[in-house]
Amino acid sequence: MNIEDRLLAGDKIACARLISMLENNEKEAEEILKKLYHKTGKAYIIGVTGSPGAGKSTLTEKMAKKLREEGKKIGILAIDPTSPFTGGAILGDRIRMTDLSLDEGVFIRSMGTRGNLGGLSKATSSAIKVLDIFGCDYIFVETVGVGQSEIDIVKMADTVLMVLVPNMGDDIQAIKAGTMEIADVFAINKSDLDGADKTKLEIEMNLDLNENKDFRPKVVKVSAIKNKDIDTLLEAIFEHRDYQMKTGNYEKRRINNAKQELLDLAKEDLINLIMKKAVENDFLNTLVNEVYTRKKDPYTAKEELLNLLLN
Amino acid sequence: MNRPIRVLVAKPGLDGHDRGAKVIARALRDAGMEVIYTGLRQTPEQIVEAAIQEDVDVVAMSILSGAHNTLFPKVVNLLKERGVTDRLIVGGGVIPDDDIPFLIQSGVEAIFTPGTSTKDVVEFITTHVKRQ
Repeated sequence: MNIEDRLLAGDKIACARLISMLENNEKEAEEILKKLYHKTGKAYIIGVTGSPGAGKSTLTEKMAKKLREEGKKIGILAIDPTSPFTGGAILGDRIRMTDLSLDEGVFIRSMGTRGNLGGLSKATSSAIKVLDIFGCDYIFVETVGVGQSEIDIVKMADTVLMVLVPNMGDDIQAIKAGTMEIADVFAINKSDLDGADKTKLEIEMNLDLNENKDFRPKVVKVSAIKNKDIDTLLEAIFEHRDYQMKTGNYEKRRINNAKQELLDLAKEDLINLIMKKAVENDFLNTLVNEVYTRKKDPYTAKEELLNLLLN
Repeated sequence: MNRPIRVLVAKPGLDGHDRGAKVIARALRDAGMEVIYTGLRQTPEQIVEAAIQEDVDVVAMSILSGAHNTLFPKVVNLLKERGVTDRLIVGGGVIPDDDIPFLIQSGVEAIFTPGTSTKDVVEFITTHVKRQ
C-alpha cells in the first residue's frame, strides 16, 4: 500500500512519515496533499500559546484526556525552538504528555521551528492537514514559548487559547498589543499560586475596553498539574466555537486563513524563484556589494532584483 | 543529508536518573540533530509508540538500573513487530562489559558506557543512521 492509502486507513507510521516528508520539503509529500486536500477541513483546531513554562503542554495533555473520554480522536502538534546556530533542537513537550502516550486515539508530534519565526514551524500548517486527513476531531497546536509578538497561530487556529501564569507582569503588560490581542480564551494556569486573582482582574479590566461587545474572551483560572477546572476551560473554548458558528465568524476566519496561507506559500516560492535567478553570475553578491559601498541604494537594487522575474 | 537527524532519547525502566540522558540530548542538539526527549520511567511500549509518532531515525536509550538485558531487546522486538526495521538503536548507561555482546546481538547497534565522549556518540550516530 502506498503512503496515501495507509494514511487514510489510519496507519500511524504513514502519518508520521508524511509529516517528516513535509518538514523536509519533499515534493512527493506536496503531491499527496494536493490529492487529499479535499478531505481536510473537518477537524477543529485549537491553538495553545503562552510564555515558556506557563504549562501549555501539561494543559494540552489534560484537555486532550478530557476529550478522549468522549471518544474524540486527538492530534497534537508541539513546536519547540530550533537552534539558529546549529539547526539542532530539544523537543521536550512529550515529557508532559506521558499519560497519552499509549492512547490509540491520540497522535502526538513534536516539531522544531527550523528557522521560522512567529511561534510555529513552516510545516505546521501542512502537518495540521495530515492530522485532519488522518481523522482527528480536534487538533491542538502548541506554539513555542512565546513573547509578545509571535502570532502566527492565529492564522491556523479556530480558537486561540492563551496560557498565562500569575505575577508575570503588571497591568501594563495586559494592555500591550500583540499576543494578548489574539486570544479567544485566557487560561490562568498555576492558579493555586498567589496573585492568580489579580492577574485575572487585570485581564478582565483590559477586556472591558474591547470594542467588540458581542464576544468577550473568557478568563478561566485552572491548575493543569492538579487537573483542576479543565472542564470549565473546555467549556469556554466550545463557547467560542459556538459563537463563531452562530455568527458566521468561523467561515470568515477560515477564509481569511486560507488567504494567508496562499499568500505565504506564494511568497516563499517567489523568493526561491528570485534567489535561483539572483545567484546566476553572482548577480546578488554584486548587488549587495554595490549597496554596501553606497554605489546603489537598496530601493533601486530591489527593483533590479524583481526585474529578474520579468525577463 | 540535508535534513536534521531525528533522535528519540528515552529512559526505559524505573531508575530516576537522567543527567546522562540530558547531557547526550544536549550534545546531539549541538550536533544539529532534533532530539525528542521522552522523560523518565518509560515502558518499552511507550518508547516504541513515541519513536513511531515522531518518525525518528534513531532511538537512543539510557538505563542505570540494570534492566538493560530485558528492556533494550524488548524495544528492538516491539519495533520489529510493527514492521519498523530501518531505525538505528543505541544504548548507554551503567552496563557491564560482559552484557554488551548479547545486547549487540539483540539488535542494539552500539552500547556507550560511562566515560564515552559525546563526540564519539555523535560520530557513531552520524555514520550509522540508516535512512537517508
